[in-house]
Amino acid sequence: MAALLEISGVSKHFGGFTALADVSLAIAEGERFGLIGPNGSGKTTLINCVSGSLRNESGSIIFNGEEVSRLPAYMRTRRGIARSFQIPRPFYSMSVLENLLVPTAYVAHLKDADAEAQALDILRRIGLAEKARAPANRLSQVELRKLELARAMAARPKLLISDETMAGLSGAEVDEMLGILFKLNEAGITIIMIEHIMQAVMRFSQRVVCLDAGRIICEGTPAAVVQNADVQKAYLGA
Amino acid sequence: MKYWASIAALFVLALTVALAPTNDYFFYAAFVVLQFVVLATAWNILGGYAGYVNFGAGAFFAIGAYTATVLFKWLGAPLAVQIAAGAAVSGLLGFGTGLLTLRLRGIFFAIATVAVTFVLETLMINWRYVGGATGLQLVRPAVMPPFESYTRMLFVVMAILALVSVCVARYVQDSWIGRGLRAIRDSEEAAECSGVPTLKLKLFACTVSGALMGAAGAPMPMYLAFIEPASSFSLNYSVSALAMPMIGGTAHWAGPVIGALLLASIQQIVTVTISSEINVLIIGVLLVLFVVAAPDGVLGLFRRWLRSSK
Repeated sequence: MAALLEISGVSKHFGGFTALADVSLAIAEGERFGLIGPNGSGKTTLINCVSGSLRNESGSIIFNGEEVSRLPAYMRTRRGIARSFQIPRPFYSMSVLENLLVPTAYVAHLKDADAEAQALDILRRIGLAEKARAPANRLSQVELRKLELARAMAARPKLLISDETMAGLSGAEVDEMLGILFKLNEAGITIIMIEHIMQAVMRFSQRVVCLDAGRIICEGTPAAVVQNADVQKAYLGA
Repeated sequence: MKYWASIAALFVLALTVALAPTNDYFFYAAFVVLQFVVLATAWNILGGYAGYVNFGAGAFFAIGAYTATVLFKWLGAPLAVQIAAGAAVSGLLGFGTGLLTLRLRGIFFAIATVAVTFVLETLMINWRYVGGATGLQLVRPAVMPPFESYTRMLFVVMAILALVSVCVARYVQDSWIGRGLRAIRDSEEAAECSGVPTLKLKLFACTVSGALMGAAGAPMPMYLAFIEPASSFSLNYSVSALAMPMIGGTAHWAGPVIGALLLASIQQIVTVTISSEINVLIIGVLLVLFVVAAPDGVLGLFRRWLRSSK
């Protein structure tokens, strides 16, 4: 399989703190990829570098055969990299539907009726259709997470980065979100899942990478990664 | 269709009033009110839609006025050219200020725009050609028929500028640009990740907003037949440009229009009946009242009232 995303030698420092040190990994088209690691290990920094919210200092990020690491975030979104935010950042002054109309206007360049039909279709698939006209500031936590995913989907991504979409949700809600992500993957979207809820990542991912202190300490199948001594040390301490 | 008809009707109304045998003072006051409609509407394009508080409206206004003065003194340019040039130069100033400062967010952007005001005011104080600190007396050219006095003509000109700025604000609000600006106000990072070119849109809003402010200031030297730095760069313009949309409501183009008509009219009435000093106090008190009790302005109050009466 051809690599959709190829990260090689990416580093990022915040002052004297090394957030990412020479990280390299490749993600194949259609893959379900899990990214784990303890708090502060650099997971979110890595995907911020991929989505363009941060610029990596060295190394390259090749997406779909194109070097994207110097492109501003909005251009990467237009190339097909979409993300959800760990702490939901909806457009609070808009309705749920209008939230989706931002990417449909700026990425898919759809006009009024087409855009609305497309947005409603996505909301239906995510299970948020009955809230389409509700203002975004009246949503519950789980609905906000769904909105994050729905808005990312409205940008017609090839690669979807789900940043702790399930943090703080109940067991049933986690199952629901997992179901949604599986469905999106079946529709051909490559998914990177960043998650602290182990049981969810393990069930979802075909391959898992564990980061610790900005370095990849382990890569493999979910079962192999949880057995790895370094991973256990990183999570539980020596 | 209805919208364009009402725009045309308002223009005809302004023209008819200007030709009617009314007291000249009315036009003197109405000019100022309309000038604030332009200023508030212009401010709202960046401040209301995108959420970037420009505290330097006075600078853009004054640069429009000074551009007009220079062109008038140098070439004897007609008023229309003065306004177009004032808008162009202030638009450029908006673009430049945007390039330098729009990477700053929140309060830092506001402070940077205040700094722009002080820098430009100091420049004008030290520029002899436009009169320096003492100012410059200007001799108005003869008035164009059918107008009876220059003030009446300026009133019609300002009415046109007000209508144009409202059309621009409405277009921006209803187009994809407006949706992008709202997204920026709600969350800049999420907007960028939704494909919105945030820097470009902010630069656009800053340029358009600056240009309209410059256009509002350009007729000022002819109106007063005089220009000087302290009153042109007055903090009053900056505060009013911000207070009027906040009081009217920033989410819709009608907000700044309502705010400006309301506040500027009250100010004009108070100036004549009580004192011109109390003006600033009125703006201050109203702004505090609205920010605390009705953060969505008059429009927000109106919407709440509509909902509760249903």
